[in-house]
Amino acid sequence: MNLFADALNWILDPANYVGPGGIPVRLVEHLGFTVVAVSLAALIAVPFGFLIGHTGRGRGLAVATSGGLRAIPTLGLLTLVALWVGIGLGAPYVALTILAIPPILAGAYTGFEAIDRTVIDSARSVGMSEAQIMRTVEVPLGLPLLIAGIRSATLQVVATATLAAYVADFGLGRFLFAGLKTRDYAEMLGGSILVILLAVLLEGIFTGVQRLVVPKGVAAARPSVDRGRSARPASGMDPAITKGTH
Amino acid sequence: MIEFRSVSKQFPDGTLAVDDFSLTLPSHQTTVLVGSSGSGKTTLLRMINRMVDPSSGTIEIDGADIAALEPVQLRRSIGYVMQNSGLLPHRTVIDNVATVPLLRGVPRRKARTEALSLLDTVGLDRSLAARYPNQLSGGQQQRVGVARGLAVNPNILLMDEPFGAVDPIVRAELQQELIRLQSELGKTVVFVTHDIEEAFLLGDQVVILRDGGRIAQVGSPSDILAKPADDFVASFVGADRGKRALHVERRGGSDILVDTDGRLAGVLVAPSAADATPDHRAPR
Repeated sequence: MNLFADALNWILDPANYVGPGGIPVRLVEHLGFTVVAVSLAALIAVPFGFLIGHTGRGRGLAVATSGGLRAIPTLGLLTLVALWVGIGLGAPYVALTILAIPPILAGAYTGFEAIDRTVIDSARSVGMSEAQIMRTVEVPLGLPLLIAGIRSATLQVVATATLAAYVADFGLGRFLFAGLKTRDYAEMLGGSILVILLAVLLEGIFTGVQRLVVPKGVAAARPSVDRGRSARPASGMDPAITKGTH
Repeated sequence: MIEFRSVSKQFPDGTLAVDDFSLTLPSHQTTVLVGSSGSGKTTLLRMINRMVDPSSGTIEIDGADIAALEPVQLRRSIGYVMQNSGLLPHRTVIDNVATVPLLRGVPRRKARTEALSLLDTVGLDRSLAARYPNQLSGGQQQRVGVARGLAVNPNILLMDEPFGAVDPIVRAELQQELIRLQSELGKTVVFVTHDIEEAFLLGDQVVILRDGGRIAQVGSPSDILAKPADDFVASFVGADRGKRALHVERRGGSDILVDTDGRLAGVLVAPSAADATPDHRAPR
């Protein structure tokens, strides 16, 4: 309890808010790093996920690849890449982008797969081209699950981004590594609490975004799901793929 | 006029859904394809707008081989109504109806105005225009589906068991609406169902299918009922079970019609009263 009080004191100490190694700078670095890593992962994973979801092909490969990527220990990968590209942010970006790809990929294709097949079949029957089906039907209806995937990826990256400080003078992880070295456990715990607060804040933002992206007509459908008229579960809101990943 | 010439369809898994099917579907008339599951009736329907391409044989619309037409363009010129309405859940009723005109480049304002008047055509209140499909009843959704099918003013309207998922009362109502619409619009309607009563009610030409899209009998409802081609057709229309051979029994002061199984089929009424009952042909 004493340690916890010390950690709070460390967080509240104005001296820790100044200079290039202060809490505000570290927070911004950490957040910026997370945003960039998740964005890079999304740039890679979303097009592939959409393609897999639309065509229904390559799902087996995607599941196997995602499983493989998930199994890679991030610290090990980080060390390996750092040995190759050297000290700096390159290695953390590679390692954490790879960490963020599987949940985003899964979110992108499960979002498409969860759409009622008759809706897509009918869109095609009335004369929508494949590109139009993707843009005006699959993307809007699949968006809630994609956002759930990005949310899951962001949570993992924001927590694991502390490792960036292992090979670079960067982010909230600095407080953990510095505190460990100098046995300043108040600083360590304080740094951890800041990471947790940042993660909780991001979770809050994503909860709101996820609610916003559920298409209006789909949200309106929820009472009818309760009445059991639709055999399909209301996949829109259920962040199923975040389960078991953290 | 739609013409099937020796059309066969074998799916990649080896199923022969349609085997050497030839038929002419006259313009401005309703042709009903009726058969049990596995008879290939939906496959036949979906070949007309190239949702399914035949393995062999040709299909012509007004003399033009559709294999030469671009599928997306072809589909935009043909109305399509399916069982679960297939409406886009994230678009309002009005936007659903206007979907295809917008794809064809009709200005938004014009498309919406026309969509509103289509709601009148299918008997829907204009106040429903801003609702989402899931806020409507099953019958209302089907009406929106029909309005969407009519939105490009197509010559051909394909209907794949459109009333299969609604309750019997709403179904009877929608069937009467379709008869009314068809008498006004005179489209070439191709209608798929497994319900022989519905086929007889709606069809000018009824096609009874066996497995593999083989034709058991083609003809007007009265032809088929009066002269079933074989035992299969007789059994399908229910003639062999005495469903169509009714006799009168006097019960509780009324004349009750009873079939040979003893099932109650209806009440005998005076001809004038029968005329006033619009769907007396469909006792269920």
